[in-house]
Amino acid sequence: MFFETLINGLSSGGTYAMIALGYTMVYGIAKMLNFAHGDIIMVSAYVLFVMISLTGQPLIALIISIIFSMILGVVIEKLAYKPLRGSSPLAVLISAIGMSYLLQSLVQMIFGTAPKMVVIGDLGSITMFGVRIPVYILLTLVCTFLIMVLLSIYIKYSKVGRAMIAVSDNRDAAMLMGIDVNKIIALTFAIGSALAAVAGFFMMIKSPSLTNTLGAMPGIKAFTAAVIGGIGSIPGAMVGGILLGVIEAFSFRMPMIAPYTDAIEFLILIIILLVKPSGLLGKMKREKV
Amino acid sequence: MMKNIKWKHYVNYIIVGIATIIFTILSLTSSLSSSSLYALEKIAIAIILTVSLSLVVGFLGELSLGHAGFMCIGAYLGGKAAVLLEPVFGNTIMTLLIALIIGALIAALFGFVIGLPALRLKGDYLAIVTLAFGEITRSLFMNSDPELFGGTLGLETPRFDRNYLFIIAFIILFICLIIIQNIIRSKHGRAITAIRDNEIAARSIGINVTKYKLMVFIIAAFFAGMAGVLYSFSNYTIQSSTFDYNYSIEILVMVVLGGMGNITGSILSATFLTILDIRLQTILTGDMAVLQDVFRSLILIVFIIYNNAERLRPFREKYNLKSVWQRITMKKKDPNKDQDDEHKWDRVPTKIKMDEILTLNVNSQEKEDKDD
Amino acid sequence: MTDTVLDIKDLSISFGGLKAIEHFDLEIKKGQLYGLVGPNGAGKTTVFNIITGVYKATSGHFYLDGEDLTNKSQEYICHKGIARTFQNIRLFNNMTVIRNVLVGLHSQKEYAYSLFDSILRLPRFKREEKEMRDKAKELLAMVDLLDVRNDISSNLPYGKQRKLEIARALATEPKLLCLDEPAAGMNPQETKELMDIIFKIRDLGITILLIEHDMKFVSGLCDEVTVLDFGHILASGKTKEVLNDPEVVRAYIGG
Repeated sequence: MFFETLINGLSSGGTYAMIALGYTMVYGIAKMLNFAHGDIIMVSAYVLFVMISLTGQPLIALIISIIFSMILGVVIEKLAYKPLRGSSPLAVLISAIGMSYLLQSLVQMIFGTAPKMVVIGDLGSITMFGVRIPVYILLTLVCTFLIMVLLSIYIKYSKVGRAMIAVSDNRDAAMLMGIDVNKIIALTFAIGSALAAVAGFFMMIKSPSLTNTLGAMPGIKAFTAAVIGGIGSIPGAMVGGILLGVIEAFSFRMPMIAPYTDAIEFLILIIILLVKPSGLLGKMKREKV
Repeated sequence: MMKNIKWKHYVNYIIVGIATIIFTILSLTSSLSSSSLYALEKIAIAIILTVSLSLVVGFLGELSLGHAGFMCIGAYLGGKAAVLLEPVFGNTIMTLLIALIIGALIAALFGFVIGLPALRLKGDYLAIVTLAFGEITRSLFMNSDPELFGGTLGLETPRFDRNYLFIIAFIILFICLIIIQNIIRSKHGRAITAIRDNEIAARSIGINVTKYKLMVFIIAAFFAGMAGVLYSFSNYTIQSSTFDYNYSIEILVMVVLGGMGNITGSILSATFLTILDIRLQTILTGDMAVLQDVFRSLILIVFIIYNNAERLRPFREKYNLKSVWQRITMKKKDPNKDQDDEHKWDRVPTKIKMDEILTLNVNSQEKEDKDD
Repeated sequence: MTDTVLDIKDLSISFGGLKAIEHFDLEIKKGQLYGLVGPNGAGKTTVFNIITGVYKATSGHFYLDGEDLTNKSQEYICHKGIARTFQNIRLFNNMTVIRNVLVGLHSQKEYAYSLFDSILRLPRFKREEKEMRDKAKELLAMVDLLDVRNDISSNLPYGKQRKLEIARALATEPKLLCLDEPAAGMNPQETKELMDIIFKIRDLGITILLIEHDMKFVSGLCDEVTVLDFGHILASGKTKEVLNDPEVVRAYIGG
């Protein structure tokens, strides 16, 4: 029972972590809260749905949905965020909220309100330590962990990754050093959106029912996870995501507090922000006077 | 010349006042259908919500995504108060007024609570906290004891005479306008906009930032609560699912369309969007209803970009309403005339610099390099 | 002792392990024009930040007119009479020039009408608002900005923005005015005008403490200076003597 709940928590935690990775990258490098991130997951899941019905091949569908959402992420950035660069973050935030709203309503317009079923197929399960664990949960966890490690290495050691750090640190200075800031930010959005598509894939394996609000709640929760872990920190996103998933799973298990699960998670967010806003693994910047 | 400067200040009162008088007369001669009365109530509620949110977003410069949460508190507690008061006072204006005050005061109390994080957090973080607050509120009412607040079925409120409800809504709107506009056009309003423009400078000249931030959140929550009570009377039953995040966004769309910190604009945009909403509800049915959301989200994006994009600045300055008007009338600015600048804030001020997003308390002693 | 306005005693502050200011002493007499000079990174602005309440001192005290203001809030210190300008100008950019000054008048006791007064537009509100406008115009006239008072402050040229910041600080009716590199980025003409303005302010009986790099500017204005280097006082005293001190010259020229 305990193990089962834990495994369940790890599974949704892995998905949160994957989404949170995208959030944290965009936040760290483009310095904006991409409210539409959750909705990119939703759009990519719809692409998955269409491609699976067309080809019947989950893997091909996944690859196409990843490519599609990368393009979508970059296009959104160019249309809604880039013109606002240099103006107030409040304006960017409102534009992002508008984008999230737009994606949701456009998808509803095209696909209607009825839930769509995305059948990816049962991956079976294996027994470990006397507990039956569905394979997709292991796959989610392994994938998230791998992506986290690869992303950390990429950012730390590749030339582009270092340029990302430079842009994150000081955009103007990076520009003076000859870094193409626009390109770096576009790339950040592309990577973040690709992760969103992967997260969408795992969410569809877990529960195949798809509506246009699929991404909204997980998006906000993944942001919560990113904040818990320390926004801008890649391992932080992983830790925060897993932690949040486990808390959620155990909260669901207790009949007394189960209906308040969302409220509890948000309360954790508020408390973390007030007590240790830098999160578990984050660093804090301070304003110069 | 004095008259010339001042009339602009009264234009909002004139609009609302004339509308109130006309519709009151129409209502007394029973020439308004109950659906038009309902529309009038909705418009008044929308304007109250928009103007009060504008105080937070346009004047204090913080984004609140939990405005519907305050409304929810007002609706439930005011509605509950009305249910309890009905046996005592009957279905009278007394019941309504007490319910309004109770709903608004409790919402204001929550405004204070949510204002506390606002003292430490800015920008994106504060926006997320207000969003979380709205969702928590909704979830609490949804899962509440059905005996108390009706649970998922919702709470039923007494039915107040529709012929008078909208008049009360308009009177409240009028009071709301007087209070908010008069605060804005005083030293207190200047202090609020000073905090928005540059918090560090505001502190340096002795402005009590804590006090004003809390004040703004309390006032905004107070009026959102009142709007909530009006809503509960207008709709007979209330359901927590109404007051979700999307409702907060709808109010935000009205604020953005009207122009940040522009009260007249807020009134017009709230009226326009509410009427459009009611009209389209009958035209766009089924899956087409979503077109309205598409429209709203496009308003949000297009207006924010138009008003804020750096590249469009020369275009904006050349073709804004004011300069076009000046060109038509060939009127030159009179340098000796004192101008008020309350209407110049369509652009979201660049208050929060990139580094300040993660900034919390300037006073705290953390690592910092020397900064000469 | 009665004519000492600002008295800083053994002030230190460290950030993390880094000691930004150590054992800093300063005494400024009423009506003085005092200079605080030193190379970049010496800790001059940090001193300003401490005496205006932005940072809390790690140890030591400072007194204004004998009252200990150490570790008091920024608002309180401002009410007690220390006002400042910023090295990187911090105006209210979206506001008109006159409104910037009106905001500066916010915390003055004469204009303390309440929220209630403003909501009901009581006579007190009207009277005090008018007085505030007159006072703001008076201050703007002093810094030669009266003719541009309806312009948006961010549209002003740099030199005028600096002057506006001074007017805004003056609006709080300070006993001590702290100017952080007021002449930075100004052309010779503007610098000269600024010097005249600073003398005018001094003649009003306001004590001035200023940070400046431009030695000509400092020696033309200040009676006394203190030289800071790496958080320590290098020299202090009459301007001419200090600026000719070989140690100071070395710190500056880097000998």
